[in-house]
Amino acid sequence: MSLYYVQKLLYQLNRDPAIRKRFEESRDDLLAEYQLTDEERDAIVDGDIGLLYVMGVNGQLLMHYAALIGQEWDQYINAMKEGVEKHGPVREGLYTLLEDRSR
Amino acid sequence: MSLVFAGVCSHAPGITGRAHRADPAVRDAFYAKLGEMRERLEAARPDALIIVAAEHFANFFMNNMPAYCMGMAESYEGPIEDEEWLGIRHTTVPGDSDLSRRIIESMMGDIDLAYAEEWKFDHGIMVPLNFLTPRYDLPVIPVNVNCQGPPLTPLPRAYEFGRVLRRACDAQAERIALVGTGGISHWPATPNSGVINEAWDRDFLERFVANDRERLIAYTDAETFRDAGQGGFEIRTFITVAGATEGSTGELMFYAPIPIFAVGCTVATMNLA
Repeated sequence: MSLYYVQKLLYQLNRDPAIRKRFEESRDDLLAEYQLTDEERDAIVDGDIGLLYVMGVNGQLLMHYAALIGQEWDQYINAMKEGVEKHGPVREGLYTLLEDRSR
Repeated sequence: MSLVFAGVCSHAPGITGRAHRADPAVRDAFYAKLGEMRERLEAARPDALIIVAAEHFANFFMNNMPAYCMGMAESYEGPIEDEEWLGIRHTTVPGDSDLSRRIIESMMGDIDLAYAEEWKFDHGIMVPLNFLTPRYDLPVIPVNVNCQGPPLTPLPRAYEFGRVLRRACDAQAERIALVGTGGISHWPATPNSGVINEAWDRDFLERFVANDRERLIAYTDAETFRDAGQGGFEIRTFITVAGATEGSTGELMFYAPIPIFAVGCTVATMNLA
């Protein structure tokens, strides 16, 4: 797990058009600069919001990333719920302590 | 001069981005009170607006996270978010680097704050500005209190930061307005999005308008997380405004939970003593 670098990449993608351009045009070179597992790399490339949430990515980073990749609000909220159903509870970070109040 | 206006309001991105999905009656009542807050702000004839917000990884990350940071730029840009998603156009917001520098220098005698000559605004600042300075014609000085990446500054320090900020404002010639932005109880950007603990919010707001320091700083982060979600950590911005207006009480102009906005929508101003 290298949650820090997953979050760092999302932070930079969210705020910096130049990083987004590199992500589009030379993705492998960009991703090589971050210490990512294959699962983490795939989750980012696939825009797998549910898995990224389960990995423990801070929600504010993830919300902006979901908007960046064009996910509608309900789709984004449901993706987190489906992620937990598919992959199990959040693995790391603040949300490991989160009690489900959504039902 | 001195501090001429102080208040707090919510900043959730849904307030502008998902406006069409809210109950129009409640939404419009909230917008009306934000409009009234703008009128009070304008009536105070400020030369600059200090906006104390809890940002969301627009500028600061866990590689080098300041507990407190103040902007010191000539101008700022925002929002970082997609314009359509947030419902706010990308723009440039004027700053006042000279005033920033004088306030920062004044504060540094009492508190170690970071400064930044580059700063991109996210919804934490852009949503309030959209209502309070919609023409972006008032110089803005951003302040961030880290409410996102723990460890977080303790609540008594947030109150003290406000006190020190007030002394620095009072030492300047300019007329300065102060607005704190954030949520009270909320679970934004999680599967619990839309959950709001109204009883907790109303109890917090009662402490806030009374400017009851001891009760405002009485929460532990574990209690806040349990009762008010991780979004509740943003009470630090309200507590900073309370510290800056110590000795004054406030007026709650509006509070109503609006679940699609993912927060209990709040507007309050302080009656400066």
